[in-house]
Formats: sequence, C-alpha cells, structure tokens
Amino acid sequence: MRDLSKSFSLNGQRLEVLRGLNLSVKGGEALAIVGPSGCGKTTLLRVLAGLEQPDRGEVRIDGAPVQGIGSQRAVIFQEPRLLPWLTVLQNVAFGLEVRGLDRDGAQDKARHYIRLVGLAGFEDAYPRQLSGGMAQRVGIARALTVQPEILLLDEPLGALDAMTKLTMQEELARIWREEGVTMILVTHDLEEAIHLADRVLVLAKENAAPPRLIDVDLPRPRDRSAPDFVAMRRRLMAEFGLH
Amino acid sequence: MSLQSIDTPLNAPSLTGLAQRAGQALRSGLSRYGLLLGFLALWQVGSTTGWINATVFPPLDLIAVALWQALISGALLDDIAISLQRSGLAFAAAVGLGIPLGLFMGQIRAVEQALDPILQFFRQTSALALYPVFILLLGLGEASKVFVIFWATLFPVLLATIGGVKEVDRKLIEMARTYGADRKTVFLRVVLPASVPSIFVGLRLSATTALLLLIAAEMIGANKGLGFQVMNAQYNFQIPLMFAAIFLLALLGLAANYALVSLQNRLCRWAVAN
Repeated sequence: MRDLSKSFSLNGQRLEVLRGLNLSVKGGEALAIVGPSGCGKTTLLRVLAGLEQPDRGEVRIDGAPVQGIGSQRAVIFQEPRLLPWLTVLQNVAFGLEVRGLDRDGAQDKARHYIRLVGLAGFEDAYPRQLSGGMAQRVGIARALTVQPEILLLDEPLGALDAMTKLTMQEELARIWREEGVTMILVTHDLEEAIHLADRVLVLAKENAAPPRLIDVDLPRPRDRSAPDFVAMRRRLMAEFGLH
Repeated sequence: MSLQSIDTPLNAPSLTGLAQRAGQALRSGLSRYGLLLGFLALWQVGSTTGWINATVFPPLDLIAVALWQALISGALLDDIAISLQRSGLAFAAAVGLGIPLGLFMGQIRAVEQALDPILQFFRQTSALALYPVFILLLGLGEASKVFVIFWATLFPVLLATIGGVKEVDRKLIEMARTYGADRKTVFLRVVLPASVPSIFVGLRLSATTALLLLIAAEMIGANKGLGFQVMNAQYNFQIPLMFAAIFLLALLGLAANYALVSLQNRLCRWAVAN
C-alpha cells in the first residue's frame, strides 16, 4: 500500500477518511486494523478488495498494481452473505464455480473446507436452517475454498454473540495457522485484534492522529488471561484514551 | 393359536393409530373447510325449504344435475375449451413478455425510469374501458378478446418482476462480484433466483386477472365461452345452468392457483419454512 487516500463527500462537506497511508504487509502475516467508527477501516479494506477505487495512491500485490477484484484475494463480510436458495455445499462451492471450475471439482474442494470449519454433516442444509455462527462459518469456508493468498475480513465476527465469537476466534487462529494465508482483519474488538494479529494498525478518527502500527509480540496460541496479553490490551486501550 | 396371539397385538395398535390419524385428518379438514360446507348446506336447505328464493338460488342438486347434463351432452365442453384457449393464450403471452421485460427493466435503471410513468398510466387505465378501442383495432373476433385479457394480465407479472429484481440484496451481488462474477453470472446465479418468489406473486395475480377479464370479455362480445354461457343461461332463465357455469369458472380459478402454488413450492423449496 502506498500513499493511499480516499475521501467522501457528505452533505457537501469533504471527509477525508484516509490520507497518505503507507503500509506493507508480508506474506503469511496477520494484520488487524482497529479504530473508532468512521475512521475508514472498512473503506481501507474495500479498497484493498478492489470494491472501491482510491482517490490517490495505489495498492500493489507482489509489486503489481491492483486493478479491481482479483483472484488472489477473498473477502469475508460482516454478514455471511449466503445465497438462500443454495445448500451449504453449493454456497461454499459458489466461489469456485463462478471462477470457472466444474461443479464436481468445486464441490469436492468445498467438502474439504466445510470439514475444516467444523460443519461436516450440514452440507445439504439451507442457510435459513443455520444459526448465525454456523452461517458465518459457511461464509468463511466459501472464502477459503478459492484458496486466496490474501484473506480480507471485515468485522467477520461483529454480529455474533459473545460465546460464539470466542469459539470463532479460536477457529480463525487455527485456520490461519493451517492455511498459511495472509490475513487482513478489520475489527472494533481490541481483544480479537491482539488474539489474531501479528501487527495492529490503529486508525484515528478523521486523522486526529497519524495511523500507528503496533507489533503484537506474543507467543501462539495466545492466552487471553496471560499477563502479556492483558498488558497489550491495556496499551491498545490507551491508544484510544480508554483506561 | 400362536399366530393369532401375535396378530392381535400387532393389529390393535395400528387400528387405533389409523382411527386416530383419521380423526386428526377429519378435525383439520373440518377447521379448514367447515365454514364452506356449512355455507353449501345452508344454501341447499334454504333453497329446498323456501327460506331463500329457489328461482334465483336453485338447490345445489339441481345445479349439479344441470352441470352433469351439460358436460355429458358436450354443450359446455366447447365453451370450456374456447375459454381456456383465450385465457391461456393471453396468460402465456403476458408471461412470455412480462417476465423477460421485467427482468430487463429491473436491471437497467435508466430504462425503468423512462418506462415507469407510461406503464403506471396504462396500468391505471381499465382494460375494459380500452376494450372498445381494441375491438376497433382488431375486430370483434378472437384477437381483440385475447388482447384485452393479455393487456390486463401483463401488468401484475411485469411489475412484480421489476420489483423482485430491484429488491435483490445488493450485498449478495457484491459478494458474487468479489469472486469475480461477471454481469451474466451475477444475473443468472443471484438476481434471477432471488426474483423467483416475487415473480410467482405476479404470476398468481396475473392468473386471477386473466380469468376475471375472460368473463368480462365473453359477456360483452362473444357467442361461446363460459362467460357467455353465464349470461346466456340467465337470458334464457336456465338458472341452474348459469350457476353450473359459475362453479366451473370458480374451479378453473382454483385449479390455476393450485398449479402455480405447487410449481412455486417446487422451485422455492429453500424459502419454505420447515
């Protein structure tokens, strides 16, 4: 990412949500982006995904500038965004089928990732029969099935209840470790950011302060109640003026 | 001996189970069709005892006999055939034009915005008021009848299709795009299946409209058809035959609706609550 800027017009007023952001992410790294509402973290992710164009600057992957949507990236949204008329299996295979793989091949791969997210046995269920956490897992499996190099997650666990959220954070940590993907995660949950990320990018509202990068140098698997973890959380909270 | 002793305990529960199931079916049938049966019974009793005017509301058995005779002699069969042909042709044409046009209009905003005012204007103009115009244009033959039914039938399915396409969740379309889906794939795999439920709402409204306009068109200017028979039987004071034709029309409507609902249930199994 180089010199990335993006602004919006709202009620005739120009809102600069991202200004001159420079950042480079290594392959296989897990980066979390945190910040208050309206700081542009989701916008940043949408630019990375190719869903929106930056006003200035560019995104490069392996040195090549990014133009729109690419097959090396997959997005997991806040909502599962499943197609209600497809079964779990068909939903997970959807991404591969859209990319031109034949149905049988796509479904074989889909089965593997359905097992990986712990939904074996639910292949023929329809989305309306699933709980929120299960539906989100289907969304995650769908993104993994296309085997992206970069996984972009936009508050993927934001809509889940606290218990499900904890389990899913463990699952995400495991999947990231097993699949070896680069993960860029937008979240407003500081604990989630520390639990999953190697580095945390802290964005401030309307550029009140420059974006800051914080290394999370904790051993994995991470323990939420370890003293280091708690100290890191306190440090991040201090970034937002919370104590 | 031993056979008997095995048989009895096996038979007894299944018999009581059968009786229970029959009782359940009866109860649910009663709660659903009880009022309808009561209404028909009241009609029959009222008509035979003279509480209601038997010349206007002949007893149901007389109507049934009239219906049976008309069907056996083949007198009504021609009318049924021509009525089915008129409404079927018009309905098929309306569906064949309405669904593709609706899918197209719902997708492209500029087209929808340009066509919407004229569509609303046409829709609010009663098809029956336009019937004389169609007769002037197409003559008194089949063409004007089919066209007036087609005209009225087109709008429900067209507007429901446009609405269905416009209400497709943008987030699902965006999701498909992040997997690299092009316009055609998004349309075939997201927009079209998402629109099916509202298209069916339009189809059912259109089928009802087709039958409604069929009767009106046949009453105004036809010498065949169920609508004509209702009118004709009344002129000739064959009241049982008139009711027979009316019942046939009602059955036609029920059958059309039933067919569409079962087709919808087959296609939209995912939306049916379990």
